[in-house]
Parts: sequence; C-alpha cells; structure tokens
Amino acid sequence: MNENMLMTIENLNVSYGDFQALYDVSMQFPKGAIVSIIGANGAGKSTLLNAVLGINKPHSGKVTFQGQDITGKRTSTIVSKGVSLSPEGSSVFEDMTVYENLVVGAFLPSARKKKKERMEYVYKLFPALKEKASQRATFLSGGQRQMLAIARALMSDPKLLICDEISLGLAPVVVGDIYNSILEVNEKMGLTIVLVEQEVKRSLDYSDISYVLVKGSVVMGGPSDELDEAAVKDAYFGINQFA
Amino acid sequence: MELFVQSLVSGILLGGLYAAIGVGLSLVFGIMGLTNIAHGSLLILSSFFIMIFVQAFGGSIILAFAITIVLMIAVGVLLQGFLINRVISKGAEPALLVTFGVAIIIWNILEFFFGANFFRLSNPLTGINVVSTRWMIIPATALFNLGISTVVILALHFVIQKTLFGRAIRAAAGNVNAAELMGINTSRTYIYAMCLALATSSVGGLLVGQTFGFFSFSGMGYLIIAFGVVVIGGMGSILGTFLGGIILGVAQLLGGYFFGPGVQTLVGYLTLLVLLTLRPQGLLGNMTRK
Ligand SMILES: Nc1ncnc2c1ncn2[C@@H]1O[C@H](COP(=O)(O)OP(=O)(O)OP(=O)(O)O)[C@@H](O)[C@H]1O
Ligand SMILES: [Mg+2]
Repeated sequence: MNENMLMTIENLNVSYGDFQALYDVSMQFPKGAIVSIIGANGAGKSTLLNAVLGINKPHSGKVTFQGQDITGKRTSTIVSKGVSLSPEGSSVFEDMTVYENLVVGAFLPSARKKKKERMEYVYKLFPALKEKASQRATFLSGGQRQMLAIARALMSDPKLLICDEISLGLAPVVVGDIYNSILEVNEKMGLTIVLVEQEVKRSLDYSDISYVLVKGSVVMGGPSDELDEAAVKDAYFGINQFA
Repeated sequence: MELFVQSLVSGILLGGLYAAIGVGLSLVFGIMGLTNIAHGSLLILSSFFIMIFVQAFGGSIILAFAITIVLMIAVGVLLQGFLINRVISKGAEPALLVTFGVAIIIWNILEFFFGANFFRLSNPLTGINVVSTRWMIIPATALFNLGISTVVILALHFVIQKTLFGRAIRAAAGNVNAAELMGINTSRTYIYAMCLALATSSVGGLLVGQTFGFFSFSGMGYLIIAFGVVVIGGMGSILGTFLGGIILGVAQLLGGYFFGPGVQTLVGYLTLLVLLTLRPQGLLGNMTRK
C-alpha cells in the first residue's frame, strides 16, 4: 500500500499564533493520481500546502514524500526532492519576462539539463505563453498568469505538482482549458497532481481522489466517483458537521 | 570658461570613482532590502588588506588585490552566513543594527592596529596626465578609475540581468518564498550576493586607496558618499549607481566652481535633496524590490 503512495500526510497540526488552522489532517496521494482538496474560504487549504512545502512549520504531525520524512524541511530542499507548487493567486515574478520566469523555474541542477525540452513542452501545453515569451509577467492576463505559474512549476520536472486554486477569479472557459491541460500532463506524463479547489463539482469530475476540508479538519475523503456531490456540498458548507 | 569645462570633466571622472564606492551598497539593498551600514568600513578594510599584502608579498599591487578579493569574499561568507542571515528573516531593521555593530567593530580593530595614521596605496599612474591642454587636464588615475568602475558596473549588470545566478538573485529579491519554491536556497543566495558586493567593494577600496588615501575611520565618509550615489541613482539599481556617481561628482565640482571649493560637498548633498524631492525612488527606480 505505502509503496504506491507518493506523499503521506499524518496528523498535521498547524497554528498561527493562538489560532489553530489545521487539526490532525491526514491525507494520502497515490502515485499517478489526481487528488483534489475541496474547501471553502478559510478552510485551511493554503495553510496545508504551505506546511507541506515548509513555508510554515507544523507543530506536530508528519509529511512523507517517497518514503522520506520532509516535515518542516527548508522549502528549497523539499522542492529539490520533486514537489512543486503553483501558488495561490498565481504569484509570478512580475519584473521578469515570461521566458525568465520559466528559466528560474528550471533552477534546480537536475532541471537545468532538461531546460530546453521542458520549455518546449510547456509552450506546447500553453501556446499563449510562447507568444508572450519576451514580455514582462506584469502584462499578462489573469489566465495567462495562471498558466505561467503552472508552467513554471512544471519546469522543475517535479514528481508531484500541487496547484492552489487555479480557478480563482478566472472565467469558466479559461479554467476549463487549464484543467484540460493539467489532465493531459497527468495522462501523458503520469505526473501526480494535487488540485486545491472551492468548486465541488469540478473537483470531483477532474480527480481520482478527493478530500474535503472544513475549518481545518478533513471531514470526508475517498475515490471521487464514490463521493456523492450533494453529501460533499453538505459537508463543505458545514451543515452536518460538529453536530 | 576653462575652469568650468575642467570642473565638469573632473566631476564626471570623480563620479566614476563614486559609482565604484556605491555599487556594493546598492547591490545589497536591491537584493535583501538591507542598508549595510558597514559598507564604508568594509571598503576601507579592503584598502588596508591591500596595503598589508603589498608589504607582505614583495610589492605587487595586483597580487595584493587578488588576495584581498579572496579574503573579502571569505568575510562576506562569515558576515552574511553567521550574522545577517540569522536576523534578516525578522526584517531589515535588526539586520541594519547588526551591520552598524560590524562597522564599529571594524573601526576599532583598524584603530587598534593603525591608530589614526593616514595611508595611501602606491599608484604607478600618479603624476601622469592623459590629456593636458589649456582647456583641461585629465589625470591617468581619474581615467583609470572611471574605466574600471564602468567595467565593474557593466559586468555586474550583465550578471544580474542575464545569468541564471542573477535571475535567482532577482527572484529572491522579489519574493523569498516564491524563490524557495523554485528550489533556490535564498540564504545561500544572500551569501553569494554579499560576497559579490564585497568583491566589488574591494575594487572601490583599491581605487579609493590609490586616489584619496584612507585611515581607520574614513569608512564613515565613504558610506555617506555611497549613500548619496545610491539614493540619487535609485536604491538597488546597478546602472543607476553609475548615473548617481556621475551626478554627485559633477554636482560637487560644479558647486565648487560656482560657489567655491569650501562648499562643494554641501552642494553635492543639496543636489541630492532636491533630486529626492522631485523623484523619491531615485533616477532609475529600483531593481526588483517593491
Ligand atoms: N498568516 C496568517 N496569520 C494568521 N492567520 C492566518 C494566516 N494565514 C491564514 N490564516 C487563517 O487560517 C485559516 C486558513 O487560511 P487558509 O489561507 O489556509 O485558507 P484557504 O482554505 O486557503 O482559503 P482560501 O480559499 O480563501 O484561499 C483562515 O482562518 C485564515 O484567516
Ligand atoms: Mg488558499
């Protein structure tokens, strides 16, 4: 069982000062799967991702990646092991060109060697980026920024790609395009992907496994096709929770 | 008229040297948002190192300079790795206090060994004029200073803009977490950046040592010049440093021409104040830092 798990999160607790944001969160990300983490505003999704990537330090619990304990390690160390995050709000390097953003995405020595072919690959995945290659990221549209954030995360040739709220503030058509690209990366490259979302239906449709996060706790989890959309929505809005 | 032209030309040449004095300060500010109060003292420290090694190794200033660069890089590793990196995550102010402490320590060490004696590095170009007409005199030293400074600043600009290392530095300057997410170890990047800054400051230390001379406490004066240069050019802008140096140099010498040599420094800093009021971010804005 554990052999098939790319990443395991066990009983993770994270606080900001006195405020506890995550309570005993446990999840498993199997190799090659698309996993969705569903939760409303403030549920703790970004907190979880930041804890996984060492941006904030959990006060207890454990994160294992490819059998290695990576809990609370330095972010760049975790990234160098093969975890890549496309951050919330598609934060890109504003003052750098699209091309430079991608080059920096391939900073790891292991990725530098494959830079050319990776760049061709992400340009094929998101042709809009190729057209804008020499423009500063500041001048991109919302959708293009999101594409750049994902493309940049793919440049490091990760084993696990985590995307924090791709759909934030984007038109449904654009979101659909980006999701299809991600699906393609998963199918063709076998890349394990974690999608963080607020939209229940989209999450269930696009993923193999889903977890529902409510107020810092996992309240539901399992194969996406076995989870009932209505039940997830109830849980999501906290209707049957803490009753 | 002759004197005016001479003042203008001398101002530009002096500006080249000023740019070399300021560029390290600008680099550190641009990358880690830190105003390195020890900048001038470190620059003078490298002048002292060059002087010591010239005496110790048979008089070759090139060899002495090479050893000094290596030594200053080592100082950069210690300063950034063991002191500044420990506090920089808590904000720029604690780090600024650390550099203030370092400045004082360097003064005291230098004073302990050298007292208040004035030194000057040997300069093979002394007394040679490249141009010597009724209109103007261009001393070889001043031209050399401007040339070296130009080369250093253009090279630094190229490294920051066009190399992977430079892009990593800019990424870390823009957003530490985002840079870490690219696999960039930002603490290590800061160490490299400080080493780069101290290597360029060693160039400043060489030129200053040959041109003006130095003593244990002259670091403070050079910090003020560097500060003026960097503020005029735009904190963190490498090319702006060059512009800032030239403007400060020209302002001082033309100020001397119009109002007398006694007030030339004052005129330089009044110009700084006026420019700051008109354009608070400096002439060339900044490299990456918001
Ligand atoms: N830096 C911080 N300091 C204090 N509290 C924080 C901080 N970041 C997040 N929180 C709190 O932690 C909780 C979880 O926030 P988090 O950003 O992880 O939620 P999220 O699920 O990602 O929400 P969203 O969908 O809005 O991005 C919220 O109550 C939030 O107010
Ligand atoms: Mg979030």
